[in-house]
Amino acid sequence: MSQWGSVSSLVKDVQTRKRTAKELVQQSLKTIKVNEDYKAIIATTEERALKRADEIDRQIAQGEDAGRLAGVPFIAKDNFLAFGADTTAASNILKGFDTPYQATAIERLEAEGAICVAKANLDAFAHGSSTENSDFFATHNPHDKTRVPGGSSGGSAAAVVLDMAPFALGTDTGGSIRLPAAFCGAVGYKPTYGLVSRYGVIAMASSTDVIGPLTRSVEDAALVLDVMAGKDEFDSTTIERGKEGYTDLAGNLKGKKIGLIKEYFDGLDEDVKKVIDAATIKLKKAGAEVVEVSMPSLPLALAVYYIICPAEVSSNLSRYDGQRFGFSAKDVKDIDESYKKSRSQGFGSEAKRRIMIGAYVLSSGYYDAYYKRAQTVRTKLINEFKEAFSNVDFLLGPTAPSTAFKIGQNTDDPLKMYLTDIMTVAVNLVGVPAISVPAGEISGLPVGLQLIAPQKKDRELLEMADKTEELLK
Amino acid sequence: MKYIPSIGIECHVQLNTHTKLFAAVGNDARNAEPNTLISPICLGLPGTLPVLNQAAVDKAARFAFAVNSRPEKHSIFERKHYFYPDLPKGYQITQLSQPIVKGGHVEIDPPAGGGGQTKIVRLNRVQLEEDAGKNTHPDGKDYSLVDLNRAGTPLLEIVSEPDIESAEQAKAYVRELYLLVRYSDVGDADLYHGNMRFDVNVSVSKDPNKLGTRTETKNLNSFKSVEKAVEYEIKRQTELLENGKKIVQETRGWDDAKQKTFAQRGKEEAHDYRYMPEPDIPPVELSEDYIKDVEASMPVLPRQWRERLESLKLNPDHIETLLEAEVEDERFSYLPLIEESIKDKEHAKFLANYFVNIEIPMRRGGKVDEDLKDAVRAEIYAEVYELLKSGKLSSTSAKSLLTSLLGQAAKPENIEKFAQEQGYIQVSDEGEIAKIVEEVLGENPQAAADVKAGELKAIGFLVGQVMKKSLGKANPELAQRLIKKQLDI
Repeated sequence: MSQWGSVSSLVKDVQTRKRTAKELVQQSLKTIKVNEDYKAIIATTEERALKRADEIDRQIAQGEDAGRLAGVPFIAKDNFLAFGADTTAASNILKGFDTPYQATAIERLEAEGAICVAKANLDAFAHGSSTENSDFFATHNPHDKTRVPGGSSGGSAAAVVLDMAPFALGTDTGGSIRLPAAFCGAVGYKPTYGLVSRYGVIAMASSTDVIGPLTRSVEDAALVLDVMAGKDEFDSTTIERGKEGYTDLAGNLKGKKIGLIKEYFDGLDEDVKKVIDAATIKLKKAGAEVVEVSMPSLPLALAVYYIICPAEVSSNLSRYDGQRFGFSAKDVKDIDESYKKSRSQGFGSEAKRRIMIGAYVLSSGYYDAYYKRAQTVRTKLINEFKEAFSNVDFLLGPTAPSTAFKIGQNTDDPLKMYLTDIMTVAVNLVGVPAISVPAGEISGLPVGLQLIAPQKKDRELLEMADKTEELLK
Repeated sequence: MKYIPSIGIECHVQLNTHTKLFAAVGNDARNAEPNTLISPICLGLPGTLPVLNQAAVDKAARFAFAVNSRPEKHSIFERKHYFYPDLPKGYQITQLSQPIVKGGHVEIDPPAGGGGQTKIVRLNRVQLEEDAGKNTHPDGKDYSLVDLNRAGTPLLEIVSEPDIESAEQAKAYVRELYLLVRYSDVGDADLYHGNMRFDVNVSVSKDPNKLGTRTETKNLNSFKSVEKAVEYEIKRQTELLENGKKIVQETRGWDDAKQKTFAQRGKEEAHDYRYMPEPDIPPVELSEDYIKDVEASMPVLPRQWRERLESLKLNPDHIETLLEAEVEDERFSYLPLIEESIKDKEHAKFLANYFVNIEIPMRRGGKVDEDLKDAVRAEIYAEVYELLKSGKLSSTSAKSLLTSLLGQAAKPENIEKFAQEQGYIQVSDEGEIAKIVEEVLGENPQAAADVKAGELKAIGFLVGQVMKKSLGKANPELAQRLIKKQLDI
């Protein structure tokens, strides 16, 4: 049982002066310290966090409105630009980068009184599915230290499950929130593309990157989303928030039509299948209608993703050239050598691998064969999802094909590692919202159930997930 | 058989928006200290995203109409990748596959007095893109300096088809572009500060249906250098071909001191820019209503002014001077004043003549009072014109009077009185002029004899002498009549 309780109850405690923001921050920092050996955290923002806690407590003492998240500590994946510690994206090339501005998501949370206490580990630049690609250290799974927490938001997921803070922020480009949530037993929410501003978050693949919460409950995820969601003048791909907002979840499972994604069950690990099947039965009993849905292009999603994503990665990582910020190689004779050495020494091997793949698929003569074709298939996928949603309200499947694997198990085989994302990437290519909720365990390791909704149906999805979570408890 | 040159020109114009193309940062870097007009976005810091400046879209849409096209309803931005210290993100945000303006054309008039037909230069496209910063390499130092003030400044790149056939046409084309940019208020087009830069693609061929191998001479920043670079390239390429040699497709630079182009980069060294759609900026969608509004807001353009003034039969050079002057200083306008009086052709011509010969040179020399309002100028010209028409002013003293009036912001209450006091009013007193005529005839017996012998040309000389002696105040018609009278012819 968590030491925190729900986020809304914490806020109530702080606002009624039952507990102070300072106590919460100290409790959070203490839990981080106690669980240091899981290596979920890159740095704490202790000094600033305590100062902010004092400020919140002062506001409350003076009867001011301290916000809807007053005094609630949270942990941000270290690809969010936030004050109080360096922003590294777990990469050597950004080591020592002291940001002059904060991400919109952080600003919005702070404006409602939340307090960032630490920066969580990730696969460097969010490239990975296990958090082993961090240039600094690998994070351990809270349920089994010999296993990975999933990635790339592995630090955030582990931190939440280890009770280091009531919630954490992650980014999801191909499954990076949902997968670690599934591996660690947290709730991981991937909003509709554009619902949360990407401004101030280190870009991985701009056309699929989204920002979302990792929490212990759907209710918490909904509250955090509600604070972050909506148009941002600094990100022109953002969309208006839903009129009803995302809190006070109601809804009913009765009469909801859920489509089981056939392609995700073909050849699925038997144990994972059992957990998902059991959950499906409960949903049916609760009154949902469950049908099978097939999207023939789905098996191509991973291939499409690993063309489009590296293409955008290679472009987005161009700015890390050693000239204006971050790591810069010494002893160079000219600008070309400075570029080459700074990037060769500053980037880890996964970043280099993706830069090379991306540069290749965008180069003249290959663009049409790879990038353009991938975009064509992407459009096809979008249409197949639309078609599926014309028949069902939600789609359902496992979040990952297996439970958390051993540290080091897949590090020599990038392709095998990429396959971990097979059930999550399509959602990013299509831009629809999805959530992973804990559905059960296999030998003490959590299994995640993934629910997917049409674009902008974030509220409906959260309501559905809220009910599902209740059923699976 | 002669070699036929084909010239295409790419022109980069900085837009005079208040802020940059993708960041809310000041855009006019002309007098700014290095790296003062920057933000996290201009620096390409991690996490930053571009947000398109609507004002730049508005300007591009206006320019579409200036070049006889219409803005596209759907256009997209793309990334062009290369590493250079003045390019913070490692890519330039530009347009490639679906630019904001497609097609269009620019009309250039035949050279003054040369006859011939209006030349149509077709445009391939006009695209929006961001400028890069500026690198400087201090002499004798082992480092370079980067100023990112200009990084992210909105540019229009105007790409012509290879329709231009001579250096003279090339110059006329870029000058016309300059006027279009100024008239549509798209940019300041301050050539001295590099607000407008040109790349010229030149090839020559004997076959009018087949283009030869081209060279691209980059970064020309004046009309003159465009003309000279094209002229040089045509000559260089023609000579190479005549000597049985081949043209190498390459990028060339322009050495202004030597007035020569020089090789910079071969085709094989060309970058692969790895273009891709810009995922951070949604496509630009323009509605029909928006496009119509832009069209309705277009000002009178140079070609329309030329048509409107056609009936005055002005000297073509004068029209061009007026067109240029009109956009040199927004405090002073000329063409609307001329147009207002176009029903009175003589008055309109008088204005054009005095603008070109008196006021514009004066204003360029900083001698026209800056506080002089257009309405006051209109009154001054109207009154001076009346005095001139009624014979109270000679054209010489009209010029002097105007010079004096334009140099002061306040208009005298009564210009005629002022002219009287200042001694500008023409002497039409027969007795006074007769006296001067007598003197002049006495001093120039040969000319007087010539006139008497029927050589009437000499009479102009004598009138001139009378004008000189009267310090320009004599009524020349009266002077001529009196000369004839005194010589009994």
